[in-house]
Amino acid sequence: MALDATTVTAGAASGAPARPGLTLQRFARRRSTIAFIMALPLIAVIGGLVAWPAGYAIYLSTLNRRMTASIGLENFAILLESETFRMVIWQSCIFAFSAVVLKALLGFWLAHMLHHIPTKGQRIWRGMLLLPWVVPPALSTLGWWWMFDPSYSSLNWILNAIGAPSVPWLGEPWWARTSVIIVNVWAGTPFFMIMYLAALKSVPDQLYEAAAIDGATGWQGLRYVTLPMMRNIISITVLFSLIVTFANYDIVRVLTNGGPRDLTHVFASYAFQVGVLSGNIPRGAAVSLFMFPILAVVAFFVLRGVNQRNREMA
Amino acid sequence: MSATAATPSAAIPGLGRKIGSLRKERRWALITAYVSLIVAAIVMLAPPVYMLVTSLKTSAEISNPVGTPWIVRNPTLENYGALIGDPMFRGFFFNSIKVTVLVVCVTMVISVLAAFSLARMKFFGSQVLATGVFLTYLVPDTLLFIPLYQIVGNLGLLNSTWGLVLVYPTLTVPFCTWIMIGYFASIPKELDEAALIDGANWMQMLTKIFIPVALPGIIAATIFAFTVSWAAFVYPTAFITRPDEMPLTIGVVSQLIRGDTFAWGQLMAGALLAALPPVIVYAFLMDYYIAGLTAGATKG
Repeated sequence: MALDATTVTAGAASGAPARPGLTLQRFARRRSTIAFIMALPLIAVIGGLVAWPAGYAIYLSTLNRRMTASIGLENFAILLESETFRMVIWQSCIFAFSAVVLKALLGFWLAHMLHHIPTKGQRIWRGMLLLPWVVPPALSTLGWWWMFDPSYSSLNWILNAIGAPSVPWLGEPWWARTSVIIVNVWAGTPFFMIMYLAALKSVPDQLYEAAAIDGATGWQGLRYVTLPMMRNIISITVLFSLIVTFANYDIVRVLTNGGPRDLTHVFASYAFQVGVLSGNIPRGAAVSLFMFPILAVVAFFVLRGVNQRNREMA
Repeated sequence: MSATAATPSAAIPGLGRKIGSLRKERRWALITAYVSLIVAAIVMLAPPVYMLVTSLKTSAEISNPVGTPWIVRNPTLENYGALIGDPMFRGFFFNSIKVTVLVVCVTMVISVLAAFSLARMKFFGSQVLATGVFLTYLVPDTLLFIPLYQIVGNLGLLNSTWGLVLVYPTLTVPFCTWIMIGYFASIPKELDEAALIDGANWMQMLTKIFIPVALPGIIAATIFAFTVSWAAFVYPTAFITRPDEMPLTIGVVSQLIRGDTFAWGQLMAGALLAALPPVIVYAFLMDYYIAGLTAGATKG
């Protein structure tokens, strides 16, 4: 900080032809040039592989199927009129919302339970519970697919063993939707758990002691101490998870591939279906672009809330 | 705790019962905690365990289940043997290693340099760029894979692992830069001032001070880059249709499933072998892994 201040004042006072001022100014200029060069590869990645494709996607989405002429917003209009795509919008929203809520609740519960047991034992439990997050989701979903298999389902075997009837996991639309959510919750809960655990550990014990002296019950401690202290982490984690879940592809691709009757497609898998497999690239680009406004609105509100709370605390 | 609690309870009769109930409450809380954790661990570990059990079965045992499918009666390693002897599967492994190693190296060079310059050496627009890094981290890969498919196609890199090396940095670089900025910013300014006074240039400052001091952060970022490139699924699925250029994830999902008769044992063995490298890294470096995971959000 002190160094910055001297360079800035030296730069401002450089009207005078004093020699030390000049070298400092040159030093500052050289420093920012070097800094810029060091950041250049990053700028190239963000510019060339994120910003440029984003602009290109918008351009692509206005073309006709053979990419010979511009048809304006026709692709978006056709999509919105199609029954299948409206189902995709619904399914994406239902899927993302219910999966994120379940993950957040289960993750919170597990983090709490983990926080309650003696510190010595926490490591091994944490290690076991984080495993679903470590295995690449496409591969663990294969395992689930096999557990859901119509004729050899090991889950149905358990259900039958306790006297419940077999479930058509991937054959019937609502069960297929539920299965996709189950696998997503299974894979995503550890992330919430580990985030909340880190947040729980950062809440000072004195706050709970003060609350206990004031006669707070366990629930009141949770409601008036833990939750307010964790609000930022909770909203950031929910934001990350909402984006990843909303844009999920692996699980749907491996588990149902959009079936039965295109009823489990989410934006990403439908974009893949339309853009890459059926070869209608402009319309595929339009499908994925539908995700953008939804994600941008959510990100805007969450980040604004986090910023506000940070400013209040500072 | 109990000793101090016992003395006043003798004097005030009502208090003793209250403290007794507190202790009972705590024991119940502990029991609830362990029961929940055991149930959660069973649910979390069941799929990988079942994959392992299936991978040890022969095809005959899988197709004629007697009793519970959750245990294996005649364990065999023939599924693993068949895969390791299969040149196509070894090719998937080789492709995955090649792409991952290259992407991790490229990512770490880009993000360490950029994070150093953004955390320490301000330049025109550096604040905007730092915000931009965070926002690009929020862009999911499925949003941009179709334009990237076009771009990679125009470069003639479809069906080539080099196309993957080109696009994977979009998955890894924003997050790694972001957490490295956090780690570098936490290094006290006095250190670089001391180095500057001793006549170090910027490169020396980075290699002699920042990289050694922020090593835990660098390890965490490397693990993240490794895990993400190894698990990447959307890009290889879109860009690669030739089996000999496929990395493991899409290779196992698309090539080990042949026709209608699934070789389940082999499929599960392949999935487990493919998942092994990240799991091994995680087993040995769990603390770095968790540090990297939580750093992204807590510093946001």
